Amino acid sequence: MPEWGMEGSAKGAAGGSTHAGTAAGRGATRSVAMGRGHWALVSSPTEVPAASAAPRPDSPVDPDAAISVRRLVRHYGAFPAVDGLDLDIARGEIFALLGPNGAGKTTTVEICEGFRKRDSGDVRVLGEDPATAGRHWKAQLGIVLQSGAGDSQLTCRELLRAQASYYPDPRDPDEVLELVGLTEKAGVRGRALSGGQRRRLDVALGIVGRPTLLFLDEPTTGFDPEARRQFWSLIRSLRDLGTTMLLTTHYLDEAEALADRVGVIARGRLVEVAVPSALGGRGSAPAVVSWTECGARRTEATQTPTALVSELAGRFGGEVPDLAVARPTLEDVYLRMIGDPA
Amino acid sequence: MTATSERTLPSVVGVCRTRAGVELKEFFRQRESVVFTLMFPVILLLIFGAVLDYDLGGGVSFTQYFMAGVIAAGILGASLQNMAIGIATERSDGTLKGLSGTPMPKSAFFVGKVVQVLVVTVAIVVILLAIGVLFYDVDLPSGTDWLTFVWVAALGSAACTLLGIAISSLARNGRSASATVTPVALVLQFISGVFFLFSAVPGWLQTVAALFPLKWMAQGLRSVFLPDALAAEEPAGSWELGRVALVLGLWCVVGLLLCVRTFRWQDRGDG
Repeated sequence: MPEWGMEGSAKGAAGGSTHAGTAAGRGATRSVAMGRGHWALVSSPTEVPAASAAPRPDSPVDPDAAISVRRLVRHYGAFPAVDGLDLDIARGEIFALLGPNGAGKTTTVEICEGFRKRDSGDVRVLGEDPATAGRHWKAQLGIVLQSGAGDSQLTCRELLRAQASYYPDPRDPDEVLELVGLTEKAGVRGRALSGGQRRRLDVALGIVGRPTLLFLDEPTTGFDPEARRQFWSLIRSLRDLGTTMLLTTHYLDEAEALADRVGVIARGRLVEVAVPSALGGRGSAPAVVSWTECGARRTEATQTPTALVSELAGRFGGEVPDLAVARPTLEDVYLRMIGDPA
Repeated sequence: MTATSERTLPSVVGVCRTRAGVELKEFFRQRESVVFTLMFPVILLLIFGAVLDYDLGGGVSFTQYFMAGVIAAGILGASLQNMAIGIATERSDGTLKGLSGTPMPKSAFFVGKVVQVLVVTVAIVVILLAIGVLFYDVDLPSGTDWLTFVWVAALGSAACTLLGIAISSLARNGRSASATVTPVALVLQFISGVFFLFSAVPGWLQTVAALFPLKWMAQGLRSVFLPDALAAEEPAGSWELGRVALVLGLWCVVGLLLCVRTFRWQDRGDG
């Protein structure tokens, strides 16, 4: 099962980054961590719209936010899985948490879901502390765990009906099966589904309770490209219904396609929060124009690619040979952010 | 948004009914659990009844004696082994974690498990009694013996269910629970007067067996199936029904305390 594979590699990566974390010196303040090299630019408040920046650690939790986290810390032994994380997610928003294995994504999400304890910090999810919140609070959540829902002898429809019966105002199980594309598998037992179908069943179980806030921990792991596209349109239709979503993912295109804002988590902290198009200063990074001239490849970085291209067009009197205009991809900036032990 | 939070949660009774249905389907649709828990005692009865068909004296056949033991072993399998292995499996595959993330009342989960144990236990007892009567001329209990039968089975089943739930928390996963619990159950069956006459078990092993519920369940059930004359064969020279109730009751208390203290909805190191 792909999920178990992910789990295994997550542990390996966690061990690996312990070293990086210690080497970086845990005493470094947040501003130092952000004030470095290429992405210092983006993290400075002047460059990022105020609404998309990470909250300040000394501000109080926002009880009206869907999720509000301040100074969150959680250690596993000596390893700081989450090390001073601040996050606000507005109601109605789709927020994607990006980061390598072992960066603290799942720990953060599971603290918000009420599954894990925190060592310190403040957390409010739909206005309540997940560590003490009760059944009424849980009735407003939908949770799709990374590890999935386990084996079952029950059919998809039976599982959804049972799950629906725990909630005050559930969706119709058959409609939910339709939404996730499992209508044809309604009578098939949970354990007989393929990896991708199981994941869709997990998502179905997560949304059948009509959640206000939906957690999706690596929901599309094991999906083929077609299934991912279908899943994305499902997420968009849930957003249109006003569902707030916290999504963790390894797939940058997924974050870019779905999220209103993206947070990049590395070494237990949010290193950046931005709208996908502005992440890592992508929006303001120079474009790279390249073409072929006199048999040689020429490239030029410029803030005004349109002007350069029209100049080239004039110079060549029409088509510019092998013309390409590129911005840094999300992947470029992401790899730069997580690869740098600040 | 507040409308959702104000909306009343489904009744606990309704969710209990759902959980009972889920647990019964999970059990009866899984071939391994049906064969292991339901058929194993039946096969034992068929084999032992056919092979060890001798007279214990006073016109009492070994099968009549074995009936009490195999029912006790069946109850042990339906409760302790079933709970320990089943819940450990559900914990390691994430089923329990998933449930604890829903507004399902936690009590409903345990009610579902108890219903499962109850139905499986009744099924085992009925099948074993039917086979005994049809094939081996086993004499059914009569009059107040039925009352003793019911309270010994119920109390033993309760103690073993609680213990099984507690043991599930000690195991790393379903497979390791099975690997630990199955041999222990088998050893207990050997020394508790299930397969052999308890009076034939060496004294020190009788003492060991007396620490666990199985011996007391089997002894209580022997009082139901055997003529009172055979009470003299028991270690105490009587059926000791008062002590049967006391020991099984104590195990209920111990099991409950262990459950409350150790029950986890997710894998260790996951919280």
